[in-house]
This record gives sequence, structure tokens and C-alpha cells, in this order.
Amino acid sequence: MAEAGYAFIDIAVLLVKIALVLGVNLLLLALMTLAERRVAGFMQDRYGPNRVGPEGLFQPIADGVKFLFKEDVIPSHVEKVLYILAPSLVLAPALLTFAVIPFGGTLSAFGREIQLQIANLNVGLLYIFALASLTVYGLVLGGWASNSKYPLLGGLRSSAQMISYEISMGLSVIGVLMIAGSLRLNDVVAQQNTLLFGVLPNWNVFLQPLGFLIFLIAAFAETNRLPFDLPEAEPELVGGYHTEYSSMKFAMFFMGEYVALITSSALITTLYFGGWDFPYVDESALGVWGVVLSVLAFSVKTGFFLFLYLWVRWTLPRFRFDQLMNLGWKVMLPLALLNVVLTGIVMYWVV
Amino acid sequence: MGVKKVGYEPTWIDKLYIPAILKGMAITFSHLFKKRYTVQYPEEKWIPPAGHRGAIRLNRDEKGRVKCVGCEMCSTACPAKCITVVPGVAPWDDREKYPVRFEIDMLRCILCGMCEEACPEDAIELTVIYDFAGYSREDLIWDKERLLKNFDITVDGKYFERSKEETGL
Ligand code: SF4
Ligand code: SF4
Repeated sequence: MAEAGYAFIDIAVLLVKIALVLGVNLLLLALMTLAERRVAGFMQDRYGPNRVGPEGLFQPIADGVKFLFKEDVIPSHVEKVLYILAPSLVLAPALLTFAVIPFGGTLSAFGREIQLQIANLNVGLLYIFALASLTVYGLVLGGWASNSKYPLLGGLRSSAQMISYEISMGLSVIGVLMIAGSLRLNDVVAQQNTLLFGVLPNWNVFLQPLGFLIFLIAAFAETNRLPFDLPEAEPELVGGYHTEYSSMKFAMFFMGEYVALITSSALITTLYFGGWDFPYVDESALGVWGVVLSVLAFSVKTGFFLFLYLWVRWTLPRFRFDQLMNLGWKVMLPLALLNVVLTGIVMYWVV
Repeated sequence: MGVKKVGYEPTWIDKLYIPAILKGMAITFSHLFKKRYTVQYPEEKWIPPAGHRGAIRLNRDEKGRVKCVGCEMCSTACPAKCITVVPGVAPWDDREKYPVRFEIDMLRCILCGMCEEACPEDAIELTVIYDFAGYSREDLIWDKERLLKNFDITVDGKYFERSKEETGL
């Protein structure tokens, strides 16, 4: 009987965690759509949407209602099944990725250690990369199923772009893996939870500056954000892969994009900025407050990267396609390889 | 005959792009705290400069009567043909005619100011009013009363301080 009781608590805790992560993600996504426009406004000396609710805070609700009540047009020339499937193929992997990211320390409650992370996979990083590459299916299928030229071009561009940048992204992370010696994201965070030479936090960004830069740039490309938003390039492609979509399906593409933003911000935080580590403080000694502090540290860092995404978007213009490919294959890939070699050499001498 | 190259040769620092990107980001970040140029209409209203050609008014004379003498110069000059004047015998003895009906179709008016130029009596004028709208087409065909009211609400230069109820626009 006792066994069954424990199992019940385990499942309950897991469900709560899932609901929490999903809820926070969706809330953050709504806020991001607002933040995007407001930050854009501020950077252009405007206000952005500030009418619905205090400081425009209810704007996402208004948008959501509008999307739901819009007519859902399915053009007659589309491949119906794929056309309907594509938006969810963009959103689902982006949401799933968050499952392995640790968003806080370890909480002791109900007589057990609860890790603030949905699934403590031993192949966490591989899982993330596998799912991140799935997003491209959504875009390509959306573009293909629309059966019209601009979406197709957008879809093709996105596949080319994602594949080229995924390679540099994967290679840039190898440096982190070599240092942590594990694919488990918890180990990666734990390894960063110390001090470097007794002064700096032992974050991978200080150990792997080149790797961090490559990962950051590749992350921008993977999430289709400016300056790498060629798949949707409004001026050339009339919106790219989502041209033929309307109503909630259209919104789902955007939700997918924003959730991908949140996930990749969380990932950058985890891999290079110590995850939930609050520098110079030993969280495990502080009990519950340590956990709160760790969640807070994680949120602030992730929030910063979310802002960085917006910041860069409203600063840089879009790449040309050949420039994009040149950068990806001729610059990023060799640098990523160099980073692996350098890390190897340093590790050989130091360790 | 040599070719002289003029213009910009990027140095190796420029080719790294990162410094330039950071500089650009510093600029956009500084704009977060700068003055915003948005005019928060309707709480805040844009005040047009002098000579602005907005909606039309019919002027009154010192006795508060309509100044117009019904000569139809304005409707003749109007390129959009949106002024309708029906003159009649004036009830006053300082002029022969006055407009029995005076209508301007604001949907057709292009706010060119030709009517103002043509009027021999300075009876028709363009005002600062730019924020007028209506729920039907009929709403925007303005009669004599409406045009005279436009005079009343703009003559003291305080149009933008009046409430919506007062202006009826
Ligand atoms: S402003 Fe021009 S278009 Fe309008 S009524 Fe006068 S003359 Fe006609
Ligand atoms: S407004 Fe002026 S031009 Fe027009 S009918 Fe009256 S007096 Fe003549």
C-alpha cells in the first residue's frame, strides 16, 4: 500500500511540474508577443500597443480572441492533411524541448528530493537537438502543403538554413560536453555551479567564449529570428511559409516561434550561463530559499536572452541568402571545429 | 589612365562585424529611454500650424448673421463640385441675396481652399478641424447650421479645448 501511495505522489508532483512549465511557457509566450511590439516601439521612439489594459498588458488576450474568431480559410489548392498538421508540428516540438531543461535546484518535500525539471534524461542534449530539428518539418510541410510559390520558397529556405546552422550549433556544444563530461543537463549545470580561479563564476561562457558566440548565432538562425528570418522574409516572400494560413493556424506558427525563443533562451542559459546557478551563493545550503533563488536566477537569465532576441531583431537588417550560407558553412563551421580542437588541447594539458 | 578607387575599404576589425553590431545595439538600446514622438490621440491632439486647410466653416458678421451673400462664386470655383448654394432674397436690407440653403458634401470636398479664395465676402473659410467623422453619408453632408456651428467653435481659436459634446464632431 505504502508503495502505491508514494507512486501517487510521484505522479502528482510530475503532473504539477508539467502543468507549471506548460503554463509558464504559454504565459510567457503571450507576454513575448506584447514585449516584441512594445520593445520595437520603444526602440523606434514610439510607444507600441498601450491601450488594452494597463500599459497594453491585455493586448495578447485581445489578439487571441481575434485569432479565434477570424475565419479559418483553407484554400482549395492545398494538401489538406499536411496543411492542417504543419502548424502543430511547429508548436509541439518547441514545447516538448523544455521538458529536459532544469529550471531550479532540488527541492526537498514529501520525504523526497524533487528536481525542478520535468525529465532528467541522460541524453538531454541529444533530445533537445533531435526535437529542435523536428521544427523544420513543420515549416517545410507548411510551405509544401500550401501549394503556392512563396510558401514553398520560404519552406525551402528554412530547411537549408536550419540544416546548415544545426551543424555549427551541434559542434559548438561539443566543447561544453567535453568540459561537463555528460549529456545530462543537470550535470552541465552542476559543473558550472563552482568558481573559476576563485573569482569568476565557473560559467561556460568564460570557458567557451567562442563556442558561446557560435551557439548564440546558430540559435538565432534556428529560431528563424532576424537577422536570419529568411523563411518568412516579409518583403520578398509575403510572409513565407505561412502566407496561405489564417486564423488560429497562423497564430500557431507564431506561437511555435515564440516558444522556440523561450526554449532556446533557457537552453543558452543552461549551457553557457550556469543554468539556475546564482553566482557566489551555495543554493543547497539555503534550503527552500535556495530553490527560490535558483528559480529566480534562472528566470532573470532567460529573460535577458529573450530581451536580447528582441534587441537584435530591431537592430540588425536581414541577411541575403548567399551571405547566410557563406556565414554558415565558411565561417561558423570551421570556427566551431576550431573550438572543439582548442578545447581538446586545453583539456589535455589542464586535466 | 589609371582607375582611382574611392570609397570605403573595410579593415579587418570591420570584417569581424561584431564591434559594429555591438555599436548598433548600443544605439537601439539608448533609444529605449529617449523621447517618444507619438501623439497620444485622442487624449492629446495634434495642433495644426497656421494656414492649415481643414473642415469648412461659414463666417458670421458682427450681428451674428451669416456673412454669405449667396453669389455662388464658391460653388463655381469648387473643383470637386461639392458646394450647393440656393440663394434667395435676403430678409435684411444691407444685401440683396442670402443663401436659403448652403450645403457642402464633405465626402467630396478635397480641402483645396478654392472656395475661400473665390469668396468676395470672406464668408467661407477653412479651419483647423481635421478630426471629423460620421456614421452615414448623410452625416457628412453639412448644412448651413453645421457650417455656422463650425464658425462658433473655431472662431476663438479654442477648438481643441472643447469637448466632443460641444463640437458635435
Ligand atoms: S475646399 Fe475645395 S473642394 Fe472643398 S468646398 Fe472648397 S473649393 Fe470645394
Ligand atoms: S460663401 Fe462666399 S462665394 Fe460662396 S455664395 Fe457665399 S458669398 Fe458667395
